[in-house]
Amino acid sequence: MTDWYMLLAAALFAIGAMGILVRRNALVMFMCVELMLNAVNLTLVSAGRALETLDGQLATFFVLVVAAAEVVIGLAIIVAIFRYRETASVDELSELKG
Amino acid sequence: MIDLLWLAIALPLAGAVFLHFFGRFMREPLAGWLATLAIGASFAVGAVAAVPFFAGTGETEHLVIWEWMPAIGATFELQWDPLSALMTLVVTGVGTLIHIFAIGYMHGDERFHRFFTYLNLFAASMLTLVLAGNYAMLFVGWELVGLCSFLLIGFWYTRPSASAAARKAFIVNRIGDLGMLIALMLIFTTIGTLAFTGVLDRAGSELTGGGATAIALLFLVGAAGKSAQVPLYVWLPDAMEGPTPVSALIHAATMVTAGVYLVARSASIYAETAFAAGAVAVIGAITAIWAASIAIAQRDIKKVLAYSTVSQLGYMFMTVGASAYVAGIFHLMTHAFFKALLFLGAGSVIHAMSDEQDMYKMGGLARRMPVTATTMGIATLAIAGLPPLSGFWSKDEILGSLFERGGMYGALWLVGLITALMTAFYMARQWVLVFWGKPRWDEGTEPHESPRVMTIPLIVLAVLSIFAGLVNTPFRYALEHFLEPAFEGIRQAHPPEGWAMFALMAGLSTLAAAAGVAAGWLAYNRPPEVWRRFQESFGRLWTAWENAYWVDDLYGAVVVAPGRRLAEFSAFQFDAKVVDGAVNGVGALVYRLGSALRVLQTGYVRNYGAGFAAGLLVVAIWLVMRGLS
Repeated sequence: MTDWYMLLAAALFAIGAMGILVRRNALVMFMCVELMLNAVNLTLVSAGRALETLDGQLATFFVLVVAAAEVVIGLAIIVAIFRYRETASVDELSELKG
Repeated sequence: MIDLLWLAIALPLAGAVFLHFFGRFMREPLAGWLATLAIGASFAVGAVAAVPFFAGTGETEHLVIWEWMPAIGATFELQWDPLSALMTLVVTGVGTLIHIFAIGYMHGDERFHRFFTYLNLFAASMLTLVLAGNYAMLFVGWELVGLCSFLLIGFWYTRPSASAAARKAFIVNRIGDLGMLIALMLIFTTIGTLAFTGVLDRAGSELTGGGATAIALLFLVGAAGKSAQVPLYVWLPDAMEGPTPVSALIHAATMVTAGVYLVARSASIYAETAFAAGAVAVIGAITAIWAASIAIAQRDIKKVLAYSTVSQLGYMFMTVGASAYVAGIFHLMTHAFFKALLFLGAGSVIHAMSDEQDMYKMGGLARRMPVTATTMGIATLAIAGLPPLSGFWSKDEILGSLFERGGMYGALWLVGLITALMTAFYMARQWVLVFWGKPRWDEGTEPHESPRVMTIPLIVLAVLSIFAGLVNTPFRYALEHFLEPAFEGIRQAHPPEGWAMFALMAGLSTLAAAAGVAAGWLAYNRPPEVWRRFQESFGRLWTAWENAYWVDDLYGAVVVAPGRRLAEFSAFQFDAKVVDGAVNGVGALVYRLGSALRVLQTGYVRNYGAGFAAGLLVVAIWLVMRGLS
């Protein structure tokens, strides 16, 4: 039973990782990161369930809280960049390249 | 009073420091008078401190100013004895007169104040040398006077010849200084201290034989460099590129006598080694006659005096080598007076002739500048050794002492006598060429007597040149008595006793001097065509003298040219190709490595992400594989 949850989580993680690698839009990459985080959450919850402890769910709450904070900052940065550059494509953000 | 002796060094040093910072804000003569005041006050300090010695009640005293390196006996310690007192008085006394003269001579020079800064610094350095109570401090003064000499020879540094002469003087002195430094190390390893009292008292007990000979010979190397003896004399004639007061003060009266002072100061070491003492005397004799012969054929008024100085220093070396220390110091003193006078007189002439130094273009100046002509005439007769002028007494004592010692020194006596003849000849030649006969000036030259600020030092020095010899005559050896405490317990050579021998010696040297002066007068008190023919009659010998035996060319070919080639190889072959090659090679390697690796840095986040993911995958696979096996 747990295997299926694990496989689903792995699939979601792979989709997220792939999205990060191939997409250029910062917003979409951001959503992919969220997808990967939630894949991990799913693993934690299902593993906790299988092992009949609350540790997994406990860890998941932490991840949710941190992810929420991260979303606030990340989205703010993306909006700021968009306002300044009129684009959200990461390939065009090259000011720091030597 | 001895407690205040440090002022003798401190006053000119303070003058130099003050003028260095504030001299440029002063009107022209003020800087010069300030410097004169500093060294004059230094003379006063020395004179007052020397009173006990004149009274015959003085004892050698030591004054420690600062514990520098007490472990090796190298403190800043002044030694006050008759020898250092006499040197101090000569340096500051002649120095004061030359300072005054320079106020007139340097008039209009845009670096007027800087000149006096250096002169005062020189005075302080020279006093450090002669007042030192140990060899380390003596060496400090030794090096400092070398530095001042360099600065002052190259004073007009925009002239390439002046800066070349300054470098030459510095480098040749360096060779001598190395010998000096090694001697100091040897002394320290043998005896364990550098203090005069410690070293000189133990010469004979702990310092004997080969060790004493080695140290004495190394001192000779150092002294030959500083005092311009064969084979290191070549810098002194070139040093005439400096302003004439510098030639008078440093390159005639004071600094160049440091070698004589060193040998006299180390008398008890030389007493241990007849070989080294003989070497000093022989080097001196060779230098004396060698330089005198070159001086005969020079046309530059200062070059004659420069070679004459080298020759007279050879005289002093010959004397102290024969352990006639009092005679050597006596001649050092009288020479300081009449040679300073000759140089200042030459400066006065050069000043009047608008910087013309060629004697063949002078003549008949006596009418235009009577004071200079008279005073220089006195100095000429004094250096020639005609009685009763000062040079006669000191030269006579030298020749008498050499004769009395006999043996090898008897031969040196003959060399000294011939040199005296040559000296009288070239000095008479110079005086006649410059002051007598018909003018041979370039068109438009209007010579005039120098201002009083220049002539008064000439007159004072002329008086000294006449009477200074009377301090040590066979009638009354006052200087010998004065110097007695400094040479206590050292066997010295003396002139022969008895009036008959004195008359013989004095008669011979007077004859030589008179013959030389008469020959110079007769040969050159004629129209130029006649004396030119006279010179040509010497043939190639005259050419050799005129070109100073081509020694500079020889050194150029043997020492300078190979050195230059080595330097060029080092600079343009080894440094440019090997050293720079290695450095540039490392740089190029890093650069190429960088260019190869920079293609990995695309700047796209996803590329880095892909690398990161691939790495993660590899690690994951590895973990899984390991877990399975």
